Amino acid sequence: MTVPIQAVNDFVIKFANVNGSGSASANGMFAKALFRMGIPCAPRNIFPSNIQGLPTWFEVRVSEAGHLGRREGIDLMVAMNAETYADDVAEVRPGGFLLHDSTKPFPKALRRDDVTFIGVPIAELILHEFSDPKQRQLFKNIVYVGALAELLQIEWDVLTGMLEEQFKGKEKLIGPNVRALEIGRDYARDYLETPLPIRVRRCDGVGDSILIDGNTAAALGFLWGGATVAAWYPITPSTSLAEAFEQHASKLRKDPGSDRHRFAVLQAEDELSAIGMVIGAGWNGARSFTATSGPGLSLMQEFLGLAYFAEIPAVLVDVQRAGPSTGMPTRTQQSDLLLAAYASHGDTKHVLLLPSTPKECFDFAVEALDLAERLQTPIMIMTDLDLGMNDHISPPFQWDDARRYDRGKVLDADGLEQVKDWGRYLDVDGDGIGWRTLPGTHPEKGSFFTRGTSRDEYAKYTERGEIYQRNMERLQKKWATAATLVPKAEIREGAKSKPCGVIFYGTSAPPMPEALAALKQQGIDLDSMRVRGFPFGAEVYEFIERHEEVFVIEQNRDGQLRSLLVIEGDIDPARLVPVLHYDGMPLSAQVVERQIAEHFAAMRKPRLSEVTP
Amino acid sequence: MTFVAKPKTHHPKLPRNELGLTRRDYEGAVSTLCAGCGHDSVSAAIIQACHELSIPAHRVAKLSGIGCSSKTPTYFLGKSHGFNSVHGRMPSVATGANMANRELYYIGISGDGDSASIGLGQFAHIVRRRINMTYVVDNNGTYGLTKGQFSATNDKGSTSKKGVPNLYEPIDLAMMAIQIGATFVARSFSGDKEQLVPLLKAALKHEGFAFLDVISPCVAFNNHNGSTKSYEYVRGHSSALALADLIPTRDAIEVDYAPGAAEDVAMPDGSTLRLRKLRDDYDPRNRVTAMDTLMRMNEKGEIVTGLLFLDDDPSDCHEILGTVDEPLASLGEAELCPGSERLETINAAFR
Ligand SMILES: Cc1ncc(C[n+]2csc(CCOP(=O)(O)OP(=O)(O)O)c2C)c(N)n1
Ligand code: SF4
Ligand SMILES: [Mg+2]
Repeated sequence: MTVPIQAVNDFVIKFANVNGSGSASANGMFAKALFRMGIPCAPRNIFPSNIQGLPTWFEVRVSEAGHLGRREGIDLMVAMNAETYADDVAEVRPGGFLLHDSTKPFPKALRRDDVTFIGVPIAELILHEFSDPKQRQLFKNIVYVGALAELLQIEWDVLTGMLEEQFKGKEKLIGPNVRALEIGRDYARDYLETPLPIRVRRCDGVGDSILIDGNTAAALGFLWGGATVAAWYPITPSTSLAEAFEQHASKLRKDPGSDRHRFAVLQAEDELSAIGMVIGAGWNGARSFTATSGPGLSLMQEFLGLAYFAEIPAVLVDVQRAGPSTGMPTRTQQSDLLLAAYASHGDTKHVLLLPSTPKECFDFAVEALDLAERLQTPIMIMTDLDLGMNDHISPPFQWDDARRYDRGKVLDADGLEQVKDWGRYLDVDGDGIGWRTLPGTHPEKGSFFTRGTSRDEYAKYTERGEIYQRNMERLQKKWATAATLVPKAEIREGAKSKPCGVIFYGTSAPPMPEALAALKQQGIDLDSMRVRGFPFGAEVYEFIERHEEVFVIEQNRDGQLRSLLVIEGDIDPARLVPVLHYDGMPLSAQVVERQIAEHFAAMRKPRLSEVTP
Repeated sequence: MTFVAKPKTHHPKLPRNELGLTRRDYEGAVSTLCAGCGHDSVSAAIIQACHELSIPAHRVAKLSGIGCSSKTPTYFLGKSHGFNSVHGRMPSVATGANMANRELYYIGISGDGDSASIGLGQFAHIVRRRINMTYVVDNNGTYGLTKGQFSATNDKGSTSKKGVPNLYEPIDLAMMAIQIGATFVARSFSGDKEQLVPLLKAALKHEGFAFLDVISPCVAFNNHNGSTKSYEYVRGHSSALALADLIPTRDAIEVDYAPGAAEDVAMPDGSTLRLRKLRDDYDPRNRVTAMDTLMRMNEKGEIVTGLLFLDDDPSDCHEILGTVDEPLASLGEAELCPGSERLETINAAFR
C-alpha cells in the first residue's frame, strides 16, 4: 500500500472539465481563494480550441516556497469529465488523490491501488436542491469547490467573500451560490475523511502582489502609456488584450466634459489591415499598437518591413502559441522569435521586448510606446499564451506621476523654423535617428514623401546604389543605439563566475529558480541570465564570454534564441547548449533539470563539487 | 517620361486663391509617368480642385498603395506629407492616419489593381468604416507598373495586349462602394476636367467617405485592339508598339460633353468607349436608384459618369466611435494617463 502524499501548501491540483460547462470561473475562484489566503499559487488553463464540448483542464501549482513554474505529476485530480478519466487517472502521482462525481460509479478498470479515490455524488446532490437545468450544470462546479474547501481546509469566509464581490449588484445570485458551496462542504464533512493529508494553510507568501494575466497587464500598460489607436483582429491567445484595452479605456479615457473617447479601437478585417492602421496612426503622430499571435504576425511581414525602412513607430504584442492552422492554437510556445526578429523581406531586424511577468507586460507596454517613437521603428513585445492568458502572481503595477512620455525626435513648427538644413533621414545626432515631422505642421517646411528605401537623406526619390547603402549603414547605427535602450538582462552571478551558465527569457523564467536549486543539489552550480530585450546589450555577450558553456533554455524546437545569439553575437555555437521544450505545455523545472543533468552526464564533465574546493 | 522640368517662376497673371496662392503652389515633383498617361490628368485635376478650394496644402495628407497610379501623389501638392505604402493596403494606413488626426484632409490614390485585386478586402472595409477622406481609383483596366496584365475591373471578353481574352467578370468598385455604405460615389474620366474638377471639389468638401472611380487610360499597355477601357493613340503605329519598350508620346485625351449626353471616346485601336453623363435631373440621393442606373447602363455597354450617389448628411468613423474633437495624436499625459492613484485601485481590484 502506497503511503498517501502528505503536503501543506505544496502540491499540484488539476481539474478535468468539459469546455463550456462554466468550470473556468469556479476553478478561477479556487485559485484566487488560495491567493487570498496568502499562499503562492500558479493557475494554468489548458483548454481546447473549442467553445463547447471538448475536454479542458485547469492546473494549479501551490507552493509556499514560491516555485511557480509548472511541476510534473498531479497530487489531486478533480476528475469531472468521464471521457478523460483514463488519462486523468494515469497522471496522478502514486499516493495521490482523485475526486470524482460518484453519482455514477467510477469505472473499476480504471481504478488504481496507489491513488485514493474520493467520491462525491455531485449530480445527485444538485438534483435535490436546484430545479433549473442551467443552474444544475453551473452549480456542479461550485459544489466541488465546496467539497475541496472542506477537504483542503480553504477558509470559508474567503470563498463566500469572493461570491459577494462577484455578484455585487446581483445579490439574488449570492444565496444559491453559497448554498451550492455548502452542499459540497457538508457532504465532505459528513461522509468523507477530512482534511486530506494534502491541504492548505494561510501563510504570508504573496505580500502586496496582484493576481493578473499578462494580456490585461499589457493592455493597462498601453492605457497608462498613452496609446490612443488600437487595431486588432481576433486571435487566441491575444484577443483578451485588445478587449481589455477597450474595456478599461471606455472607463478611464473619457473626456470629462463630453463623455467622448480619447482613444479609438478598430477591429480590423485582418492582421494586414491591423498593422497598416497602426503604421498609419504612428506616421501621423499617435501612439498605436496591435496585438496578435503567430498567424497574424506572419501576415504582417510586408508591412513590418515597410515600417522598418520608412522608420515609423509601431508597437505589436505577439502572444505566441504553437503551430499554424488548427491543431495547437491554444497551447503555449516561444516559437515566433526568429519570425519577429527578422520580420519581412530585405535586410530587416526588429527590436523585441521579452517580459516574464504581468508587471513586466505592463512596464514593457509603456516602454515599447516610448521606444517606438524614440527609435522610429516597430517594437514587438513577445509574450505567450501562458503569460498572456493565465493569471500570475505579480508585483503590483507602479506609476510615477512625474514620468513623461518620450515622444522621440519630432520637429514642430518652431523647430522647423530654426533648423537650417532639415532632411528627414539625416543623422544629425550620430545615433542613426533622424528628425521626423508630422503632417499638417508647417505651411512651407517639413513636408516629405514617405516610402521604402528608394530615397535619400532628404526623402527625395532615388534609386542610386550608394545612397541605398548609406541608408542601410545608418539603420545599422540605429540598431546599435537600440541595443543601449532596451531593458538590460537580469544576471545572477556570485562574486566569482562559475564555469557554466544558463540563459532564458519570458515564461521560461518561472521554473528556473527551482531547476537551478535542484541542479545545485546534484552538484551542478550555474550562473544565470534572463534576457529581456533584443538587440542584445553588451552585458549579454559579456556573460557568455565569462562562461565556458552556456545552456540556452527555451520553448521551441529550433533553439531560436540560441540562433539569435549565434547570428548577432558571432558566438561559437558549440558553447551554447540548447535546452528545449516544445510540447505546448508550459516549461517545468524537471525538464530543465533533466536535460542539463543529462548533458553533464554525457559529457562526463566533473561535477563542480569535484573541482571546486 | 516627361523629362522637361517645369519652370518654377510664377507667372504674374496666374489667378490667386483666397490664400493668395497660385495653381503652381499646389504642384508636386515632375511626373515620371508615360507621356499622355491618364493618371497625370487626374493629378492636374486634384491640383486645380485644391487650389480652387483654397485648401492649405500642408493640411492635406496624401496616401497611396503601389502602382503607376499610386506614384502620382509625388506629382501634386508638394507641400503635403505623402505616404507611398504597400500594394493594396493604402486603406488601412489611411484609416490609422485618420484616427490619429481627424483635422486633416486625406486624399487616397489607388489603382484598379491596387483596390480591386490585392486590396479589395481593405477597400471594402474602409468604405464600411466611412473614413472621412477622398479615395480616388485611377482605373485603367490594367496593371500599368507591372506591364499590362489584366486587372479585375477589366470587362469580360476584352483582350490583353498579347491578345488573350479576359474570361472573368469585372468588379465595379463604384457599385460596391454604393452597396456597402459610401456616402459619396462618383465616376468620371481623367480627360474630362469640366466634370472631374467639380467632383473632386465636392468629394474634398464631403465629410465622410468619398469615392471616385476615374477611368484613366494607360497609353502603354491598354492601347490595343480589344481593350474596352483605353485608346491606342496612332492606329498605324501598331508595328512600332510591338517593341515593348517603345511607348508612344502623346497628349492626354480630353473630352467635354453635356449632362445627359453620351460621348464616344475614340480608342486608338478603332474601338470606342461610350461615356454617358448623368442628366441634370438625376437625383443621387437614392442608393437603389444609383445601383439601378449603374446596372442598366452596364447592360447597354455604357459607362455612366457623374455623381452617382450622395448622402448629404454623412457620418464618419470618428462619429461612429465617439472620439473627441481634438486629434488623438495631439493629446498628452494630462489627457491620456489615468495616473498613479487610479493604478492603485486597479491593483486593489486584482488582489
Ligand atoms: C505584394 C506585392 N505584389 C506585387 C507587386 C507588384 N505590383 C506593383 S504595381 C502592381 C499593379 C498595379 O496596378 P494598378 O493598381 O492598377 O496600378 P497602375 O499601375 O495600373 O496605375 C503590381 C502587381 C507589389 N508591389 N507588391
Ligand atoms: S504604364 Fe500606363 S499607367 Fe503606367 S505610367 Fe505608363 S501609361 Fe500610365
Ligand atoms: Mg491599373
